[in-house]
Amino acid sequence: MSETVLSLKNVNGWYGESHVLHGVDLDVSRGEVVSLIGRNGAGRTTILRAIMGLLERREGRIELKGRDVSSAAPHRLARAGLGYCPEERGIFSTLTCEENLLLPPVTRAGSGMIVPLSEIYEMFPNLAERARSPGTRLSGGEQQMLAIARILRTGADILLLDEISEGLAPVIVQTLARVIRELKSRGFTIVMVEQNFRFAAPLADRFFIIEHGRVIDVVQQSDLAQRMDEIRRFLGV
Amino acid sequence: MTEIFGVPAQVLYGQLLLGLVNGSFYALLSLGLSVIFGLLNIVNFAHGTMYMVGAFLAYVLLSPLGLNYWWALALVPVLAAGIGIFIERTVLKRIYGLDNIYGLLVTFALTMIIEGVVRVYFGVSGLRYPVPQALTGMLDLGFMRLPIYRVWVIVAALGLCLLTWAIIERTRLGATLRAGTENPKLVQAFGVNVPMLVTLVFGWGVGLAAFAGVLAAPLMQLTPQIGHSIIITVFGVVVIGGMGSILGSILTGLALGLLEGVAKVYYPEASSTVIFVVMILVLLVRPHGLFGKQ
Ligand SMILES: Nc1ncnc2c1ncn2[C@@H]1O[C@H](COP(=O)(O)OP(=O)(O)OP(=O)(O)O)[C@@H](O)[C@H]1O
Ligand SMILES: [Mg+2]
Repeated sequence: MSETVLSLKNVNGWYGESHVLHGVDLDVSRGEVVSLIGRNGAGRTTILRAIMGLLERREGRIELKGRDVSSAAPHRLARAGLGYCPEERGIFSTLTCEENLLLPPVTRAGSGMIVPLSEIYEMFPNLAERARSPGTRLSGGEQQMLAIARILRTGADILLLDEISEGLAPVIVQTLARVIRELKSRGFTIVMVEQNFRFAAPLADRFFIIEHGRVIDVVQQSDLAQRMDEIRRFLGV
Repeated sequence: MTEIFGVPAQVLYGQLLLGLVNGSFYALLSLGLSVIFGLLNIVNFAHGTMYMVGAFLAYVLLSPLGLNYWWALALVPVLAAGIGIFIERTVLKRIYGLDNIYGLLVTFALTMIIEGVVRVYFGVSGLRYPVPQALTGMLDLGFMRLPIYRVWVIVAALGLCLLTWAIIERTRLGATLRAGTENPKLVQAFGVNVPMLVTLVFGWGVGLAAFAGVLAAPLMQLTPQIGHSIIITVFGVVVIGGMGSILGSILTGLALGLLEGVAKVYYPEASSTVIFVVMILVLLVRPHGLFGKQ
């Protein structure tokens, strides 16, 4: 197994008074694609927010490429190589499509990982056409592509993707699956939260099963076929 | 002599020019106020105080230190921005995330403290700052004569407004700032040092106010209250224009300055209240202001 680039040890998280993460342990290796699956409200989005330093109250230890980043500010985490694609997509309405795309500063974190703008526009031709449109005038699918594209040109080498297939037409979901494969082949490490198990199933190397704010099981891709029914029953799909 | 609605044209033109001068100050101040509100979510009552501080700093640079108007124009905004940054780092950063009312109260307290300090050292009788040599005299347009200094004030103030507008609307830094106004947390998660951006924006806003103070210094009696009285009007301008719209602040500031000028000619009793009457009317029809978004 290659080097662990992201690890959470006994991470707890709160929204105000309500205790949402109850001791999350997980680790991700370089170049790996992992998926966090679980029922609605299980705490998957909160895990990503905890990693990004976006929770007001959090305890436990988080390591990024071997460094303890438990108390690092969000901008330091981004500069250390985390790229975050939030569940609500976070497209800025007062910025054009291109301004949204160019917003995150380029970091030196994983300089080999920078996808140049020209290649991004090849991957997502719609974004080139809509470059001058205000960000929120884009269609749902285009906004999702923009949200992903935005973190590819910064040098981030660990991508946190929250429900990227949610609410999108099947063709677009297929495009996104192609993009994920392409990114994996380029060596990106990807943590994706997915409600759409059919989307995640063929893509991820490992599946972390989340319930009530903790990891209750880890399933390898090689064991997936055999445990498929169990997982489907658990997810209620 | 030509008359316009029963008023000598010269008088009307004179008041319109004065209105434009006041409007330029409103534009500069409301611009800073609205940028600060956008990013820090703080209603900065002390904004007028920094305008006053700007004028007094110019005065201090001149008499004890012998640095003239041009030095003041360059140095005072920087000094004032430094004071602003100090206040932001020590006081304001503690109240982010609290209700707006705390920001208003804290900056109101700062206003009282700073005004008090200025009163102790300079009194309330009113000081005079001379018009710089190079800008004395009149410009003859044929149909009217313009004091050169007033023309300069309008040009300088609007130039700085447009520069700020261009930075915000046309540059990468401006895009980051606009995004920060929408969702500062997310912008920080993309690797932007948002706390630093907030500090710089506050400093820039305060610098604009102080620049306005230096421009205004030769036009009035300097007393510690000058900031206080202008900020009330500027709040009116910001409410009418709509918080957060840059171009809206500039246009509304100018228009309301002109409106005040016209009121002074035709119905002087209303000149100090006309802005607030407009404010009520606008709020009734468009609660988010003329250029504001929901
Ligand atoms: N901003 C918030 N304030 C308070 N509680 C919250 C907030 N966001 C989420 N929660 C609660 O935290 C728990 C975990 O939510 P989270 O969004 O992490 O779930 P999820 O697994 O991403 O589910 P979903 O499928 O809905 O996206 C839920 O019980 C939710 O109600
Ligand atoms: Mg979620």
